Amino acid sequence: MNINDTIQETYVALSANKVRSSLTILGIVIGISSVIALVSIGQGATKSIQTSIQSIGSNLLVITPGAQRSPGGFGVSSGRGNAKTLTADDATAIASVANVSAVASEVAGRYQVTAQGTNTNTTVTGVSENYPAVRNVQIADGRFVNDSDSNSLTKVAVLGPTTVSDLIPDGTEPVGQTVRINGIQFKIVGVTVAKGGSGFTNADDAIYIPLKAAQRFLSGNNYVTTIDVQAASADATTQVLNDATQLLLDRHHITDPTAADFSILNQADILASASTITTTLTYLLGAIAGISLLVGGIGIMNMMLTTVTERTREIGLRKAIGARRSDISRQFLIEAIALTVIGGIIGIALGGAISLGVNATGLLTTSISLSSIAMAFGVSAGIGIVFGWYPARRAASMNPIEALRYE
Amino acid sequence: MIEVKNITKTYGAGDTAFQALKGISFDIQDGEFVAIMGPSGSGKSTLMHILGCLDTPTSGTYKLDNKDVSKMDDEELADIRKDKIGFVFQAFNLLPRTTVLRNVMLPLIYAGVDADEREARAEKSLLAAGMTEAHFAHKSNELSGGQIQRVAIARALVNDPSLILADEPTGNLDTKTGEIVLGTFQKLNEEHGRTIILITHEPDVAEHAQRIIHIRDGEILSDKKHPQRKARHHAQ
Ligand SMILES: Nc1ncnc2c1ncn2[C@@H]1O[C@H](COP(=O)(O)OP(=O)(O)OP(=O)(O)O)[C@@H](O)[C@H]1O
Ligand SMILES: [Mg+2]
Repeated sequence: MNINDTIQETYVALSANKVRSSLTILGIVIGISSVIALVSIGQGATKSIQTSIQSIGSNLLVITPGAQRSPGGFGVSSGRGNAKTLTADDATAIASVANVSAVASEVAGRYQVTAQGTNTNTTVTGVSENYPAVRNVQIADGRFVNDSDSNSLTKVAVLGPTTVSDLIPDGTEPVGQTVRINGIQFKIVGVTVAKGGSGFTNADDAIYIPLKAAQRFLSGNNYVTTIDVQAASADATTQVLNDATQLLLDRHHITDPTAADFSILNQADILASASTITTTLTYLLGAIAGISLLVGGIGIMNMMLTTVTERTREIGLRKAIGARRSDISRQFLIEAIALTVIGGIIGIALGGAISLGVNATGLLTTSISLSSIAMAFGVSAGIGIVFGWYPARRAASMNPIEALRYE
Repeated sequence: MIEVKNITKTYGAGDTAFQALKGISFDIQDGEFVAIMGPSGSGKSTLMHILGCLDTPTSGTYKLDNKDVSKMDDEELADIRKDKIGFVFQAFNLLPRTTVLRNVMLPLIYAGVDADEREARAEKSLLAAGMTEAHFAHKSNELSGGQIQRVAIARALVNDPSLILADEPTGNLDTKTGEIVLGTFQKLNEEHGRTIILITHEPDVAEHAQRIIHIRDGEILSDKKHPQRKARHHAQ
């Protein structure tokens, strides 16, 4: 029997019981589409977490004051970030460690900010000139604050795009206007490029002012809340981390490393553990969807076994007029494969639509890879073969006389 | 062309074993029209299954066109059926939901005959079996009982078999329709020289044959020529 005839036979057989065929196909559609949709959502989540971690800079080490987190628990690390142990001089010293390409200091705090008739509560960060380079911040309009602003205690500010729309909702040019931070007037000199709101903190809802202005007018002391260190390369981060730790221990006269009054976070470590978590989650989602695919496959087998029983006399007749075992088993196997492949194609389309729908909500940027489509297609054909094989074999091995006698 | 020697068939084994055929021997020549008669349970269908290569005898030999088919395996038997034998059953002859034409083409599809040729051959044998072109595109469930049997005869003819076997082909039909179907067999035998073996337990039906073999309890009771066969029904 050639391909054309086989397709025709399959069409006749499957369309004979349209409701049953459609329900069986639906099982596969649900299985395949949930695999495609969930995996693409999982991969989208992985990607968005990775980009939001990467958007804070590259090859970055973040030094914060306060005790090293002990494995014992979170309680002992209270005061981390608020402790006053790091200074701008520490930052200057770290700049001379080998393989450090840039160092930036920050003094951050949340303050009430007002403009003409509007107000908001946002993070105000006093930063040094290197900050945009180290933390991957770009200027959309105007300029960034620099060290000469800092040294002369000039009251200038750079706003994130979210803060701009909160404070100046009428859309007029923000550069040149003034805002009041904690009651003190600052002149806007620039606006940063939007980074996107995803991630743990919203980098677009922020105000940057010169470091020394922040220390003098807002925090009222000479400490810094964060030192950002950028290593020259990804390979150098471990060495920079070790050297910077030793340098700060020496400067703070601490001999026991576990008693350090600061902690250093390595961005690469955060990225790696986040990736592990999201990859595991993606596998988990895929596995749950895989279970529904398996159930769909069992549906195929169930339907094919019913069909074989119902068509026993037909099988007997076909054998009597010269069909070989292979003709019969091929016919039923192809019916099963046709069901799963049709289900697979619809499932891929539906899964893609769900994934695009999630994309359209703006929560996640999902992506469907060609490989996952190819895999879904292969899996659905495979399910047809695996679950169609037994019914097909049962049909092929029927004795023609007994099959013809079957009532 | 058929040589049957001492064929037996035993169903089951041990205590429940039942010998349905107890040593049957006969020869059938090319172009003969033979009726096999006997009461219910006498082993007619069992014999036909063996003659039709649907089953193999427990002992004895069966030669079809000088080829011993009694020891062949499933796949070889399928090929013999495809090439040499056409069947007409009492019931369930046609695939449901399938057109008349495609039902008749089915043996050719399995034999791998290409599309143009098989359509031409199917049409030819449908016409030979007394069907009209108006019915070719009908689904098999849109036909009368007599039409179904004639389509089945057309299918049995289409692969140009050495032997046409019919197991109670008129069992489900009224007398008049049955006569038309039997007339079709008779015409194929008289005008086209087909070898036909017809199984029946109705003496009326056997009247159409040239030779009648009576069997009872798995044994041949009589094997007689039948010179005054019944006149063919020309109602078609
Ligand atoms: N598969 C089987 N297993 C056991 N016994 C069988 C089997 N097939 C047939 N028989 C027995 O063999 C005997 C002959 O059966 P067969 O079907 O050949 O009779 P038949 O002459 O065709 O009868 P009928 O006119 O009723 O069709 C019967 O007694 C039947 O019970
Ligand atoms: Mg019978």
